[in-house]
Amino acid sequence: MKKKSVLAAAMAGAMCMGLLAGCGGKGGDTADGNTFKIGTIGPLTGDNAIYGNAVANGAQIAVDEINALGGDIQLSLKAEDDVAAADTAVNAYNTLKDWGMQVLVGPTTSGSSIAVASEANADRMFMLTPSGSSADITEGKDNVFQVCFTDPNQGTAAADYISTNMPDSKIAIIYQNDIDYSQGIRNTFAAEAEEKGLEIVSEGTFTADTATDFSVQLTAAQAAGADLLFLPIYYQEASVILNQAKTMGFAPTVFGVDGMDGILTLPGFDTSLAEGVMLLTPFSADAEDEKTQNFVSEYQDRFGEIPNQFAADAYDAVYIVYEGLKAAGCTADMSYEDICEALVGQITTMSFDGLTGADMTWEATGEVSKAPMAVVIKDGAYVLP
Amino acid sequence: MKNLLKKKTTRTDFLTYLGVIVVFVIMFALQQGDMLKNSTQGMLVPVCCFVVMAVSLNLTVGILGELSLGHAGFMSVGAFSGIIAAMSLEQTIPSDLARLIIAIVVGAICAAIAGFIVGVPVLRLQGDYLAIVTLAFGEIIKELINCLIVGYDENGLHVMFNLSGKLSVENLNMTENGVAIIKGAQGAVGVDKLATFPMGFVLVMLCLVIVLNLVRSRTGRAILSIRDNRIAAESVGINVTKYRLMAFVISAAMAGSAGALFGLNYSTLSSTRFDFNTSILVLVYVVLGGLGNIWGSIIAAVVLYVLPEALREFNDYRMLAYAVVLILVMLATNNERFKAAPSRVIPKRRKGAAVNG
Repeated sequence: MKKKSVLAAAMAGAMCMGLLAGCGGKGGDTADGNTFKIGTIGPLTGDNAIYGNAVANGAQIAVDEINALGGDIQLSLKAEDDVAAADTAVNAYNTLKDWGMQVLVGPTTSGSSIAVASEANADRMFMLTPSGSSADITEGKDNVFQVCFTDPNQGTAAADYISTNMPDSKIAIIYQNDIDYSQGIRNTFAAEAEEKGLEIVSEGTFTADTATDFSVQLTAAQAAGADLLFLPIYYQEASVILNQAKTMGFAPTVFGVDGMDGILTLPGFDTSLAEGVMLLTPFSADAEDEKTQNFVSEYQDRFGEIPNQFAADAYDAVYIVYEGLKAAGCTADMSYEDICEALVGQITTMSFDGLTGADMTWEATGEVSKAPMAVVIKDGAYVLP
Repeated sequence: MKNLLKKKTTRTDFLTYLGVIVVFVIMFALQQGDMLKNSTQGMLVPVCCFVVMAVSLNLTVGILGELSLGHAGFMSVGAFSGIIAAMSLEQTIPSDLARLIIAIVVGAICAAIAGFIVGVPVLRLQGDYLAIVTLAFGEIIKELINCLIVGYDENGLHVMFNLSGKLSVENLNMTENGVAIIKGAQGAVGVDKLATFPMGFVLVMLCLVIVLNLVRSRTGRAILSIRDNRIAAESVGINVTKYRLMAFVISAAMAGSAGALFGLNYSTLSSTRFDFNTSILVLVYVVLGGLGNIWGSIIAAVVLYVLPEALREFNDYRMLAYAVVLILVMLATNNERFKAAPSRVIPKRRKGAAVNG
């Protein structure tokens, strides 16, 4: 019995030590010299690790490039894991603050971004999320900005594109109703389609647990005479749908959004199935401009895979922060509150050309405005239609 | 008083209270003095929530002796009902503290009702069957809240079940001043962060008082006797169903109050946060702290919640290191040979250990 209590006391002691280890260290280390401390948060482990790692890798490439320029502004980057959970993301954010973070380029996923955004807003920490797409992230927070399109914008943009280019289509939608991303795009798409007089003939839903068989939804779409299939979903499920549609002999035009990006690099996927698929995406790894080519080859050298739009969004986000810091004349010894005020003033007046769009500008609300790009898959690569 | 403290169980109980109070006073003083790391400060409230979760699950698993795998479901019920209460009363009751207390009470009551509804049929089952049904309960709650859309305007609450998946907040037909509280799959968004560390402490103390007094009472002895030998308990006239249900509902209510506090600590909350993994995590706290051992649960919950954060230095190996620590703690507390290892190295201690151990 005595031993047990000794052990318990030791455990309790160790725990207290851990909790108190940072006494007096509030605010973390002050930045040394001219190095700004940039933090990023994302799921580096767990189910969604592919996204968090893409963001961390893309941001790292941008940071290294900026440091290699040898200018006045040097950056150091630290990525913390949040396993795509909102409460862990807040813990990660606090850990980064202890490290002395001055600007936050993150988090990666929408749920985490919403939770961290309210902390960042209260603390006056400048936050630029590369890939958090929910409209709730920026709502009512003047110091939070997005690099990617919001979900509502994507739905509207997709409906606009279809009404301009294929106004007479009979549209079928298959979407995932247990994730906000898919549900949100579907809602704004349906609203805009009604406005533009587009005809939606069939709607099918599925959840994460039923994402292996789509024959019911596809049969309904086929029976309704659909000739355009709108899929506001992620590429894993889309690949199954494409496969089953082909087996059924159902060949509508397939139209996806940015979640479809990545389908060509899905292991074991027959890319001929995706022939003719159209999608709205801000980034195409096959684009021929020099910036994209350099980024893609650098990413492939370092991480052995083709970057997706998450990596490109993060790369752009770091450059946006860099341009902002440069233009606002920030120095690394400034506090994060001061940097935040300077960047908020700067970002709403500047325009930025990046991998994920030209002439990006920001409203004070935090939403980005950039032209969506529609591509079509031809011979296993994205081409402009 | 002196006689009272001579009894070992009473002494342990009072030491448990004392320990919690001392830790709270230290942490609160440091927090007020701004001497805590940001990361530590951010963990104070969730730690309190998980301590309450562990203590309440210990009532079901350790003291009642029934394996429940759906405890996060009760936390979920408490969290979302608490959020709805706190947000819809925003205009009527301006005081944050009052709304927080109301939210916790509402969360506890809703979870208790859920516990009662589940408990009546489920507690006819035993062992594995009970575990399976509680597991299913946790999953059902998760799916139900995924379909739930709730909003509030001056006409009152608007609640809708989005079973077809085609509805959204717009379908609630709220007036312009309407606020969406729960948005289906996205969960609750834009929640006021009302939770405070002192409230967490009060909740922990309240749960401790309830559980420790229950266990030492006549009712508690009845519950313990059901755990130890159901047939014997029945034969001496104990109403088995009544006492099992009582323990189960109290445990659910405390989980609900912890959920309400947890939900009001973040600006967003999705129902997937309370999945099977969370139930298992709380069960790990209980098992590691010792079944039926309340102060053990408290220490285990604190250590195991803080550990993954403290191990951030290890980057990608964080969860690997966490698992290794778990295994070591299990060995250290339960394996006789492992426990004896230090005394073999230091022969002097062996005698003392043999006498006391």
